[in-house]
Amino acid sequence: MKIEVNTHERCMIEFAAKHPEVVVMSADLGSSCEVKKFRSVYPDRYFTMGIAEQNMCSWAAGLAREGYRPFLHTFSVFLYRRILDQLEMSVAYPNLPVVFVGFVPGITTPGGVSHQSINDVGVLRTVPNMTIFDIGDATEIEGALDLAYDRNGPVYIRMLRKEVPRLFPAEEPMQFGHARTLSEGEDILILSSSICTEEAIRATGALKECGVSVQHMHVSTLKPFDDPQILEALKKCRPGVVTIENHYEIGGLGSAVAEMIAEHGLSRRLIRIGLPGYTHGASKMYLMKKYGIDAMHLVHAVEELTGKDLPVTQELLLEERFVDYLEV
Amino acid sequence: MTDSKMRTKTRYTRAEVQAIADSIRRQILGIAIRTGGCYLAQACSSAEMIASLYTKVMKLGPSAGEWDAIPFPGVPGPDNMDYQHGSLYHGVPAPDKDRFFVSCCHYASVIYCALAATGRISPKALEKFNVDGWNMEMIGAEHSPGFENTAGSLGQTVSIAAGTAHARKMRKDTGRVFCLLGDGELQEGQTWECIQTAAYYRLDNFIIVVDANGQQVEGAIEDQMKIEPLKERFESFGAKCVLCNGHDIDDFVKACRTAHAGKPLVVVCRTRGYTGVEPLKEKYPFLHFVRISEAERPVYQKIYEEMGGDRL
Repeated sequence: MKIEVNTHERCMIEFAAKHPEVVVMSADLGSSCEVKKFRSVYPDRYFTMGIAEQNMCSWAAGLAREGYRPFLHTFSVFLYRRILDQLEMSVAYPNLPVVFVGFVPGITTPGGVSHQSINDVGVLRTVPNMTIFDIGDATEIEGALDLAYDRNGPVYIRMLRKEVPRLFPAEEPMQFGHARTLSEGEDILILSSSICTEEAIRATGALKECGVSVQHMHVSTLKPFDDPQILEALKKCRPGVVTIENHYEIGGLGSAVAEMIAEHGLSRRLIRIGLPGYTHGASKMYLMKKYGIDAMHLVHAVEELTGKDLPVTQELLLEERFVDYLEV
Repeated sequence: MTDSKMRTKTRYTRAEVQAIADSIRRQILGIAIRTGGCYLAQACSSAEMIASLYTKVMKLGPSAGEWDAIPFPGVPGPDNMDYQHGSLYHGVPAPDKDRFFVSCCHYASVIYCALAATGRISPKALEKFNVDGWNMEMIGAEHSPGFENTAGSLGQTVSIAAGTAHARKMRKDTGRVFCLLGDGELQEGQTWECIQTAAYYRLDNFIIVVDANGQQVEGAIEDQMKIEPLKERFESFGAKCVLCNGHDIDDFVKACRTAHAGKPLVVVCRTRGYTGVEPLKEKYPFLHFVRISEAERPVYQKIYEEMGGDRL
């Protein structure tokens, strides 16, 4: 698996070259959000707003009203929890094209609970006019800015930074509202997002060796959530569905899937793997394991749905793992 | 549009401006008497400021909005972005024209009356004020005549206006951006985030007008939270600040013309929420939403008639 480095740093500069009305706004975390180089390339299009996210959000609305395309850069947690009212009344209600590029989503930060956006998808799914993308790999980083631009309205991106694996072919870019099928199968449907897709790929391989037929899909558009492929997969996999996400178990991908199951009157068991609540400050791998958003927990969920004990061990699941996200 | 062009005057005498201020007070007093309550004190405190802004201070084009009130045009969204924006009543945006953001959107009735008094909307449109299903809501939003944005959550509009001023400065527009604030709103942290940023970006095309009427929902401002000294506060955050008597048209207009090279300008207007409707003084400082009981009605009716209003 290839690891790409600082993909957004490059993409933001290339993207801005195509669209002169694009500007970057930063609340003192630009250098932690891969736009330090952007600042040196486009100093006149980089607005430092100080540690004042509320003003940054409403100010961006003013710029957007005048035809600029602001891309707000800070940690995810500060782009929804701290400024929800500004996000809703200044940007979402008037449906302005402001893009919230949120870094270190979920537990991809060692910064502890204050830095972890564990319920951002849940909160923002309830905001009208809002589009939500959850980035899963380097190829999606490369595609997200164009898709966000095309939405022509408010977009929230759960962005990944620094060392990020390339899970999907570079020539197959992310598509809006279109899940990526990574494995075809009929027994169990696994829907994964963000950093959990890598875990799910690992688990799927091991499950297949045990004779479980797994349909695995990676989901990156979390709102709107109306991909007909997902609905078809839900219909196909009668034994059940497992969702796994880098998010609180309530409100995110798992909840969106539950709504789809209920709305279409499907009788499917659903196991939602997500964070059980607030976590604490530690490394990503430690937190994923401790709070159960890893491959092993996915296997356990499949065991529960199939009623089978599967001979899958932690060793089997461990291939190449890398440690990143060390900097707060 | 031809209609409103004809109706939009460009030069007003001081007496004419005062007459507009008086008509704002009279009409909102009329609404308060008819309906039992209105944001009357806001009209009393800001009438001269608003009348002066529309006639002597701001450079606005002729209204491009519908002459009459229109039904609520729907919530903005991907399929509804071409609804009639309230800002059209300030004219079609142009590089040399000013823009006006109203943060204290409880002043909606004041704005509607000012639009009517300056020929920007039909006086008959006021009959749709606060009527279900129409665009003349009691608390304005994007689609309400005279409103650029949805301002009900305090502290945000000043930042939106500043972002607009920032965009216009980068574009080298010569028109300015005005933003009307209440003084209670100065307790919001975001207001000060905005002032420091507007100073940092040297927004000399940005003018904030504060109706410092000294009252907020729970009473007198000084009994709720300390916001003074305002001039020193604004200046320490990097703005140019002038104080004036908000009921004195000449003083206000002069204050708005204060030079402010390289800085945003803040015009703090000292006003009273009972100016022109003296019995309100008895209710001060509880004047956020004035209710007029049956018992009080004759007193206010008399004032209303003295102002030239018809018998209600």
